[in-house]
Amino acid sequence: MTRTAIVMLLIGLLLCSSVHASDDDSAPRAEQWPVSEYRLDNGMRVIVREDHRAPVVVSQVWYRVGSSYERLGHTGISHLLEHMMFKGTAKHPPGELLRIIARNGGRQNAFTGRDFTVYFQQLAADRLEIAFRLEADRMQNLILDAQELAKERQVVMEERRMRVTDQPRSRFGEHFNTIAYPASPYAWPGLGWQADLEAITLEDLRGWYARWYAPGNALLVVVGDVQPEQVLRLAKAAFGKVPARATAHPHRADYLQAPGERRLVMHSEDAKVPYVLLGYQVPSVATAQARDEIYALMVLASILDGGKGARLSQELVRDQRVAASAGAGYNAVARLNSLFVLDAVPNNNTDNAIDPLVKALREQAQRLQSEPVDTETLERAKNLLLADHLYELDSMFYQAMQIGMLETAGVDWRILQVYPAKIRAVSAANVQAVARKYLIPSRLTVGILLPQTPPNDDVQPGNQEERS
Amino acid sequence: MKARSIMLAFCGLLALPAARAAMPEIQHWTTANGTAVYFVATSVLPIVDLSLVFDAGAARDGDKPGLAALTSRLLTDGTKELDAGAIARRFERYGARVTTDNSRDTARITARSLSAPENLQPTLDHLVEVLGNPVFPAAALERRRAQALVSLRQAQQSPGRVAERAFAQALFGDHPYANLPQGSISGMQAITRDDVLAFHDRYYVAANAIIAIVGDLRRPQAESIATRLAQALKRGSAAPALPPVPDLKKAKLVRRPFDSSQTHILIGAPAISRSNPEFIPLYVANHVLGGSGLVSLLADEMRERRGLSYSTSSTLITAAQRGWFELASSVRNDKLDESLRVLRNTLQRYAASGPTRQRLEAAKRNITGSFPLRLDSNQDILSHMVMIGFYRLPLDHLQTFRQRVEAVAQPQAQQAFQGHVDPSQMVTVLVGPKAVIDDVSID
Repeated sequence: MTRTAIVMLLIGLLLCSSVHASDDDSAPRAEQWPVSEYRLDNGMRVIVREDHRAPVVVSQVWYRVGSSYERLGHTGISHLLEHMMFKGTAKHPPGELLRIIARNGGRQNAFTGRDFTVYFQQLAADRLEIAFRLEADRMQNLILDAQELAKERQVVMEERRMRVTDQPRSRFGEHFNTIAYPASPYAWPGLGWQADLEAITLEDLRGWYARWYAPGNALLVVVGDVQPEQVLRLAKAAFGKVPARATAHPHRADYLQAPGERRLVMHSEDAKVPYVLLGYQVPSVATAQARDEIYALMVLASILDGGKGARLSQELVRDQRVAASAGAGYNAVARLNSLFVLDAVPNNNTDNAIDPLVKALREQAQRLQSEPVDTETLERAKNLLLADHLYELDSMFYQAMQIGMLETAGVDWRILQVYPAKIRAVSAANVQAVARKYLIPSRLTVGILLPQTPPNDDVQPGNQEERS
Repeated sequence: MKARSIMLAFCGLLALPAARAAMPEIQHWTTANGTAVYFVATSVLPIVDLSLVFDAGAARDGDKPGLAALTSRLLTDGTKELDAGAIARRFERYGARVTTDNSRDTARITARSLSAPENLQPTLDHLVEVLGNPVFPAAALERRRAQALVSLRQAQQSPGRVAERAFAQALFGDHPYANLPQGSISGMQAITRDDVLAFHDRYYVAANAIIAIVGDLRRPQAESIATRLAQALKRGSAAPALPPVPDLKKAKLVRRPFDSSQTHILIGAPAISRSNPEFIPLYVANHVLGGSGLVSLLADEMRERRGLSYSTSSTLITAAQRGWFELASSVRNDKLDESLRVLRNTLQRYAASGPTRQRLEAAKRNITGSFPLRLDSNQDILSHMVMIGFYRLPLDHLQTFRQRVEAVAQPQAQQAFQGHVDPSQMVTVLVGPKAVIDDVSID
């Protein structure tokens, strides 16, 4: 409840290694594990991070293509192609791609974001080669078949119905993005608009595959119990044979700075609970002209919502009691400008609970502009970010994600190495400065989701049949 | 032939020395006032994770569904000296993450701290203080109640969540497992502060708890942590066993009208407890049917062959008393008839003949081969320790798991499935537009 689906979607703050390496332990501390980087002759990049805690490995192939590379009329094509990538090659017929990893005791899947499409396997460390061979094969030899497309298009439409159509909060999120990103390809959903999904042809998919799936547009990230030189050898043997090929350049369309204050009020027949979402247009790690502003915005998010003791929970939920839950989030890792969001669910279901809640959220932004944050609050917010940064080392998958997300946003992954120092350096004046610069009305979209009918606490009528 | 040699090579790999141990070694002891402790030492990350787990889940709600959830959420909301905000901020100052949550069986407090003494020590002091002296302030209770009601109403927006509630009611009837972990609206409305105090007094006691600790610690430190946590609690006594879960004895079809673009389908029945010796064969059998993602039989029939659904799976949910078998899917409304036919046929055929040898072998290879992936982080290790401790599984459970999976032969898998999953005595829940679901008959 605290963090809503939408905030969850904004995969949070970056992080990674550094911090005090002390202690007399003989085992190397996680922060000392090396990261190695290579480039194959065909242009494909390989990044390996060692993590020897368990005899396993995660392998991720990142392509620089996602929904923000698309155009209206073809939205959702990156995600549909991601599904079709499991439909096979001459060497690996449909289903075989899945079974080969399963019978080797692995997991695999794929996901599509605004700036990336990722295929991953998790395996015993000595099976890494199997993943590489499979990915190298479908990087160049995918068979796009009309019958398979007919089925998979239906599967993707079911995914859309399940995730969006029948979820009022998700539908609201889609509407919100069209307004909060008025001149940016982040305006449309990663799953694509329904009409576009119906219209995409086999030829469109072939074109999209040819345009983006080439070694020079791919990044291999491997984290686990491996030796980098051996990973390189395996990568050369598998991916090195894929011919180099030119790929297109993405457009960087994001035309409006500070577009003006906007407001969305959406009445929903199936919503039972109102919801308020405020989004301020802010730079991302890729678009920031002064990158230190990114770290100040992260600290600002932690001041508002680092935990239950932070300002939004304390003031809106417990003191003023205008919200049942309230949160803030900033997705810094994006190729284009991003949003700083504040969201809340009102404490009661009446329409007149909404305005005070919006007002209270905006007052939080104004307060950060008018008064510097006190030292105790600032230190607590920073300590949480620094601790979370270490906690996240517990997940190998996430370590690989961090590297891939930064690189596909167009940023060198090495900025992870300066993250702790940058967070520590943020001052109260820095926080106040970014609040004054970015949390302003001309960058703001206010979204309000309202149930059309008051809630009915009774169990919905239904019926039941029994058979002995 | 080839597959077997791969398996052997893989088992060899797992026998590597402790520096890269695949299977964490669990140390176990009991504190002076009766709390069982499970500890795994790790040394690489400067982190400590711990859980204090009580037999105080929603199955103990009684006639006020939500009592376990409300008590769990209020636990860190006040001591005599500190209110909820002050408690939270003190943890946050040291970078600690402390959360409470509950399931049907358990109520759990989980803490994550840096292992450096200047972080861990104050975090632990504070945790002991908070756990030992909760006062359950009346104002906090009203706030938590209001939040819970918002959340329960929000669940009514989701056809999947509506289906889940109807399914539990049809499956468990008067049994305490009919209560969802989050409770019900009417239950939440009825709970008084005295209910919470009595619930806490009865169940949040040392003899009704286990402690699991994993992280960058040595045994004496872990012992001291466990002792301090347990001493913060009254000794008390373990909760009595829950009543047995009765068989369904007949098929039931439950319809809940919902104006959605998909119809949500849940099919299932009570199955097996975690401690039942047939658990492993049944687990393997379910893995083949619907527990192995896109390569499982159900996903193959529904998604790969026919494009009927995005997600179709079957799960074996285990609990202290009998858990349940649950097949879940969601499909376009105009494909409901065809989908139900496919699901029922697949289930009946599978119940009749069990897995093919080929599919069984593939499933076993997948389960044993992927087992190290389930233990590759401190958090994963912690949740396995909680499972082993709470359900009283043998301490060498992790060491022997793959061997026991390996040993499952086709007749055992088939027999376990037939013995515990009867397609003719199942609940079917349909949540979708009235006109669509009213057309469906029980056969």
